[in-house]
Amino acid sequence: MTGGRGEPGAALVPAQVKGTVLTVRRVDAYSAMTVIAPGVAARFRPGQFVAVAVGGPQTSMLLRRAFSIHEVRPDHGGTVEFVFAVAGPGTQWLSERRTRDTLDLAGPLGRPFPLPRDPVNALLVGGGYGSAPLFALADKLRGRGCAVDFLLGAASADRVFGALTARRSGRTAVITTEDGSMGARGQVTDVLAQVIHEGRTDVIYACGPMGMLRAVTTLASRYDIPVQVLVEESMACGTGVCMTCVLPVVGEDGVTRMTRSCVDGPVFRGDLVRWDDVGTIPFDALGAPGWKPRPQAKPRPSARPQPPGMQPAGKQAGGKPQPGRARAGPAAGRSRRGR
Amino acid sequence: MAVDLRSRLAHVELPNPILTASGCAGAGRELSQFFDVARIGAVVTKSVMLAPRSGRPTPRMAETPSGMLNSIGLQGPGIDAFLRRDLPWLLSRGARAVVSIAGSTVGEYAELAARLSDAAGVTAVEVNISCPNVEDRGQVFACDPGAAAAVIEAVRARIRYDIPVFAKLSPDVTDIVAIAGSCVAAGADGLSMINTLLGMAIDTTTLRPVLAGVTGGLSGPAIKPVAVRCIWQVHEALPDIPIIGMGGVRTGLDALELMLAGASTVSVGTAIFHDPSACPRILRELEEELASRGIERAADVVGLAHESHQAAIHRRPGSVL
Repeated sequence: MTGGRGEPGAALVPAQVKGTVLTVRRVDAYSAMTVIAPGVAARFRPGQFVAVAVGGPQTSMLLRRAFSIHEVRPDHGGTVEFVFAVAGPGTQWLSERRTRDTLDLAGPLGRPFPLPRDPVNALLVGGGYGSAPLFALADKLRGRGCAVDFLLGAASADRVFGALTARRSGRTAVITTEDGSMGARGQVTDVLAQVIHEGRTDVIYACGPMGMLRAVTTLASRYDIPVQVLVEESMACGTGVCMTCVLPVVGEDGVTRMTRSCVDGPVFRGDLVRWDDVGTIPFDALGAPGWKPRPQAKPRPSARPQPPGMQPAGKQAGGKPQPGRARAGPAAGRSRRGR
Repeated sequence: MAVDLRSRLAHVELPNPILTASGCAGAGRELSQFFDVARIGAVVTKSVMLAPRSGRPTPRMAETPSGMLNSIGLQGPGIDAFLRRDLPWLLSRGARAVVSIAGSTVGEYAELAARLSDAAGVTAVEVNISCPNVEDRGQVFACDPGAAAAVIEAVRARIRYDIPVFAKLSPDVTDIVAIAGSCVAAGADGLSMINTLLGMAIDTTTLRPVLAGVTGGLSGPAIKPVAVRCIWQVHEALPDIPIIGMGGVRTGLDALELMLAGASTVSVGTAIFHDPSACPRILRELEEELASRGIERAADVVGLAHESHQAAIHRRPGSVL
């Protein structure tokens, strides 16, 4: 299996299955659900997600909930585990499922994390339960001879997901909490520079709140370290048809497009996401109000050297990000309603 | 019992009456991972405009009871990319393509019609007239009989004679029959109804509107009774005009209900977000429901609810029809 993105082939085709719930367990502030879903488990690659229908056949909640896959196991023909926080009636319903209940889930969806060809030092940064998809990635990376360091952060100790696994399996594991109840007091970005220095980090993978991803990307680019981020945009379908989960991303031709995080992500090269403009339509995005087609959109050569052994990230490769417009307001004040 | 599911879009025959609704299936490619898009009656593509369009800022969606609000803003690749990439892909899969077009001036609609006339393999055109008319203070075409007719007339004038033109009507009007009548008079071969209803939600945590676009289109099972009513009223007034019915269809029974009201085919929209294989499932359910009622042809139930029970018994003794 290669780690390149966007390769055609049966392996990337998702399945829609009626899965049987194996276990639902509380993990500190979160819930972890394991579902028997052989069709999904067999095709899974780290970074991909499932879109779960909630509320049963007559539900009044029409939109699927998307969750990163935490782990797949071969038992019962293939199981899938995902982690969620109860944040609204949909996730409340999910947390009330019991063993042998059935669940309609589609997956694995989205583009997985690209993997380096060579054994490099990888730093995996997770915020809250955003760390869930990082452990399967860590296994894959170690399989390729990479050294894996973890940096996990959350508001409090009960919201750090997978601290024990990280400490057991990582070469190093640094934890931060905002209230100081576990590890260092503060946020992951407070210690990121130090962790990068000590681990001689070659590549960063990050998943968590948008603010964290943005800060990690900014810091990583200061050190010229490539960063792959897994974004958590709210989705309605998860399959690419509804156009809800878009964010401004620079393409290989240097043109910014409102890009779907469900099919073109959820993993993006951090430096190609226009973080300052998330939640807006940048004036120079393809098709923005007043936008005019350019006679020839010239691909600008990347000023940044490619990371050691990092495969080009498919469609996103090449273009240098345009400077973000300083429009901090709208993105900063965004809230995601509990679902 | 095998049910004859063949249905018509004006003079074009389809193998069955289940279509996707515009904006809920892209151009079919994503859904083809879940089912064979050639199996359903047709794929109605997301409304395409002349130029690429970025759409509105996020958040673009809000879940509401048995429905959702969307404020996507017609994000799309523009007609050039659509004709180069999306339409040929659909045709290569053996699917039938009903192309939805949208514009902000009458001239844009006309130009889109001309572009589609040159393309091979367009089964029908659905004209999304629920767009603001920039030449008339942003008034929505679909809310004014004159503006709606102007668009349809311009499209009909430029499109190839053998491509049926369907006008997609908005339920947000005082008298939908009047709009329907003026579209038909302007040359529409059929009508699609209903588009979303304008709605809004406010986040009680942030105390602000949920959608970046403030208002959005309400869709899903919540609006099905409105769809049934609109289709009923228009079929009552214009019984010979074919109708593509849509609005909250989630099951085969919902599809049957819209057909009984007068829809000759049925589009599935928001249900696709909930269940990517909704279209083939609803088709199967519809076939079962027809068979269980002893109905041999899907076309026989179109507008059937308008007949009095007495007339139905006389027409076909011994049958529920």
